[in-house]
Amino acid sequence: MTRILGYADRISAAPGEIIQIMVSCDNIDSYDVELVRVIQGDVNPAGPGYREEVVPHDFGGPISGRHQPIHLGSYGLVADSPVFRALTSLGVLAAVWPTMPGLGSQTILSRQDPKSGVGFRLLLDEQGALAFEVRSREGEAAIISTGKPLIAEKWYVVAGSYDAVKGELTVGQLPLHAYPRVDDAGFARLSTAPGLAQSEIAAPVMLGAQPASDCPAIQHFNGRIDSPRIWSRPLDLAAIQELLDIDGQHSAYGDLVAAWDFSIGISTDRITDVSPNGLHGRLVNLPTRGVAGRKWTGEEHNWTKLPDHYGAIHFHDDDLYDCGWETDFSLTVPETLRSGVYAVRLHAADEEYYVPFAVRPPRGKFTAPVAFLLPTASYMAYANNRIGIDFSETEIVIGRLVQLNKIDLFMQEHPEIGLCYYDLHNDGSGVYYSSRLRPVVNMQPKNIGHLGGVGSNLWQFNADTHILGWLEHLAQPFDVITDEDLETEGLSAISGYRTIITGTHPEYYSASMLDVLQAHMNQGGRLMYLGGNGFYWRVSYHPELPGVIECRKSEDGIRAFPPRPGEYYASFTGEYTGLWRRNGRPPNELTGVGMVSQGFDISSPYVRTEASRNPRAAFIFEGVEDDVIGDFGLSGGGAAGLELDAANPALGTPPHALVLASSQRHTDVYLMTPEDMNDPAPGLGGTEAEIIRSDMVFFETPKGGAVFSTGSIAWAGSLSHNHYDNNVARITTNVLKRFIDEEAF
Amino acid sequence: MSRYQITNADLKYAAEFKEQALGYHSPGLQRVLNALRGGPKAGKYVLVVRKPFERWVLGRLPSVRGAPVEILEGQEFNNLEEAEWSVFKLRWKAHTGRELDL
Repeated sequence: MTRILGYADRISAAPGEIIQIMVSCDNIDSYDVELVRVIQGDVNPAGPGYREEVVPHDFGGPISGRHQPIHLGSYGLVADSPVFRALTSLGVLAAVWPTMPGLGSQTILSRQDPKSGVGFRLLLDEQGALAFEVRSREGEAAIISTGKPLIAEKWYVVAGSYDAVKGELTVGQLPLHAYPRVDDAGFARLSTAPGLAQSEIAAPVMLGAQPASDCPAIQHFNGRIDSPRIWSRPLDLAAIQELLDIDGQHSAYGDLVAAWDFSIGISTDRITDVSPNGLHGRLVNLPTRGVAGRKWTGEEHNWTKLPDHYGAIHFHDDDLYDCGWETDFSLTVPETLRSGVYAVRLHAADEEYYVPFAVRPPRGKFTAPVAFLLPTASYMAYANNRIGIDFSETEIVIGRLVQLNKIDLFMQEHPEIGLCYYDLHNDGSGVYYSSRLRPVVNMQPKNIGHLGGVGSNLWQFNADTHILGWLEHLAQPFDVITDEDLETEGLSAISGYRTIITGTHPEYYSASMLDVLQAHMNQGGRLMYLGGNGFYWRVSYHPELPGVIECRKSEDGIRAFPPRPGEYYASFTGEYTGLWRRNGRPPNELTGVGMVSQGFDISSPYVRTEASRNPRAAFIFEGVEDDVIGDFGLSGGGAAGLELDAANPALGTPPHALVLASSQRHTDVYLMTPEDMNDPAPGLGGTEAEIIRSDMVFFETPKGGAVFSTGSIAWAGSLSHNHYDNNVARITTNVLKRFIDEEAF
Repeated sequence: MSRYQITNADLKYAAEFKEQALGYHSPGLQRVLNALRGGPKAGKYVLVVRKPFERWVLGRLPSVRGAPVEILEGQEFNNLEEAEWSVFKLRWKAHTGRELDL
């Protein structure tokens, strides 16, 4: 099998700035690189035709190919210390909440030489029972297990000790909640050789994994670890529960070597040792923080207010933050390069891979009246989603057989490229973090998705090229700005544009991004929302780590899974998560419409309303005589489809908003959203429920601005119909021309 | 068992599906489709793209991540509606124990 994969260190760069490209090849000796401007990524023969523009650039290729591995799985890492090297007798203690006991050996805490295994480790053995192992430099090893499997998703105090004087190994597990007739407490002793010294090896302590000679970590623990501690003496197994709760600074703790308190620094990737030794560490691959620990009672749901109840970290064997590949080449964005969506195309023989990014205008400059706001947060939210291969329900909601393309087959066989908000971890827990510092294989031109409707079936990045292709057809100058630019730069990233054009599905928004867009509108900016289900979920960028966002879908909304109770606050920022609608900022306030339904089979046309004859809307329908709008298209055969937004004054649609057209009939694959389904009753499907529709909306905003919203993901798929000569393209173009006119509304 | 059981009374919906596999369906056909398209992921029929927008081969999903998708060689389609009808018949037989002869 030959393959090229790659990713960039950044998703947006201005002329003169450098983008690092990391590449991994399988069975490819060398590859060529081209810089391309992405114009229209849809390869559907019924569409306008694939278009990219090669930008002459010397990358110095061909470039040698090499394999760069991905190491999945999170763990904590504490650098070696003389304190660890001095250990002879020792005791290890923690509270654990395992999620997959019995599925292979899983290490809770280890300090081992990666090659020889010299050292110790506390683990769940292959049966899921607690075990403790000590191995000496002489090759002598001893391991003792309680022999009693832990029960999944229950808290236990676990301890392992080695008495180097007596030559005794002990291990103990104690459930924090005991059940009658369930015998899951266990203690065991083993006489072994004395003096199995830990000294002289140079090895870090690992939490949730153990080191290996050929990769950074193996035998990852799945589940939560709370209050891990190490002593320089064996522990009294009868007192392990009490030992867990004594303050690490307590005078009774003279032999305490380390006591990590995970309730400190929840928003960081650092772990803090509260013992006098201060053996702090860091986390690799972003295990989940801000999760309920052993002390959580339900009394408080906000970890920022009672961090003590959130002293656990949830480790997964499939966590991934940053692949950490070495750079293969870099691109200094040419000073003359126009703003746009670009990619480096890596290719060898029949293999190719696109690493896309935005080239924004020079900093402080606006080179067009229009900015296309590339919804990179939403791309990350769907990064490498496994919707087509992990969920049986997908076929029902798309109303047709799932089609798997080459990328899906690759993802199925290579889960190491990581997960996103639409996936579950191997242990069944939900994914809260998604990163772009890894190959995002579904964010490429030419890619075909699963939810894009009968026809082209595009989603997110490639679906948005339908808009890029339309702008190109118009020869309309435009800049490209990304979500990350809004997040990091603020209003100055977009303040000079007369109008902002969104992507087809800008679903994920941080508070900062929303603030910036709203501020732009408040100062007279215009917004063309050419999508559906936008501004729906609140996300949080990490305050320190680049390229990763968090999303917890609290309360309700259409979601792959709910967060667990007590976990509705983002660990990155402490923000309350969930729908923007539940956070007091429904999308209707910004765009006039809000999410009401989804279905992914066929789309429907809009029918104009009487309000479309209002003189205020005359410019929108200039040259459009039809009452039916968009009964054609590449995304389900109609302009209203996939995900639908409707006006709703109760949710903030401005009272002066004009609902210009509405879609009238959708299939019964379309259902109402849970947040509108307070009291489920028959008639919730697209052929019956009045609420299931797209509303096309226009309204004026303060200081001469205006908003035009289509409330449909499928809209952009209709633009190119009949060589861009159709009523959807005409309406969109009419709006664009007026929105870039400086005359105030 | 509350899950809908397909019977001969549903043959008219099978005929409706044969006529139009993609698009608006009667409530009766939608109910049949919900039953046929439900069930576990493991072994679920999918279409594997051989050539985008042109040619597909029938496949079945594996139960676990990392395992390859099973390709049912020889069961290729040049037309999506034809593929839908073919899988509809396979599932009809699996649910009812009888061939769907329409």
